[in-house]
Amino acid sequence: MVVSPGSLPAGTGAMSAQERRAKIVLDQRLESSLESVDLSEEKVVALAQEAGFPEEDTYRLGYAVREALVNAVVHGNRYSANKRVLLRVACLPRGIEVIVQDQGGGFTFDKRSNALSEENLMNQSGRGLALIKAFTDELVVESAQPSGTRVILRKFLPPEVA
Amino acid sequence: MSAKLITRQVGDVTVIDAIGRITLGEGSSAFRETVKDLVSKGNKKLLLNLAEVSYIDSSGIGELVSGFTSVSNAGGSLKLLRLTKRIQDLLQITKLYTVFEVFDDEAKALASF
Repeated sequence: MVVSPGSLPAGTGAMSAQERRAKIVLDQRLESSLESVDLSEEKVVALAQEAGFPEEDTYRLGYAVREALVNAVVHGNRYSANKRVLLRVACLPRGIEVIVQDQGGGFTFDKRSNALSEENLMNQSGRGLALIKAFTDELVVESAQPSGTRVILRKFLPPEVA
Repeated sequence: MSAKLITRQVGDVTVIDAIGRITLGEGSSAFRETVKDLVSKGNKKLLLNLAEVSYIDSSGIGELVSGFTSVSNAGGSLKLLRLTKRIQDLLQITKLYTVFEVFDDEAKALASF
């Protein structure tokens, strides 16, 4: 997984030339609810369409964002009315970057988190991150300060569109 | 829109025709309750028709796995019918394609039980 730290919230590193050209088109603090997830997925899909993503890529980006938001609402903030989910969408010169950040207790990736390993294949949950990774071009999952988890995902326009 | 599930009996196989989205919330719980109800009534040969399912999130995939396990534990089997390309992709990515028996043709699926 690779990511440039440029458009992360303040304090996370130097800004790359590419990210200096990023334009934030959506910046919201969402309630920790499934209704928020549904509405935000629709907004991101609309933004991806506007950016020129083909239908299948739009579906995949929407899917990845939905999974990230569900993780933030359900596993991060645990539906808390007192916690918000940050959703920030930026248009890049040739793609879209989405940041989803919760205010939960954080997330540690270990062997048990790998939903695709043989021993976890029949688990009921845990596949969200694997699907986000499959449906995006770049993905970073990191701890947020003072608490919570930040997911940064990027999807680039196919060469024929970009 | 959440999922609508319609069950029909074909011989000793119960076919579940699913329509809509199977996602966290109403969609996935409707599927869970339907499978639970069928198993409790002794229906152990289940064929889930996903031709009209436009979307399944990771929670919905989890419910398919959970349903598969509970039916298997009851001595039965849950098989899948007519997956869309997107759902095929999801099962490939999550390595579940080899877990489920998948059919494109209902008659062949029914004959496999």
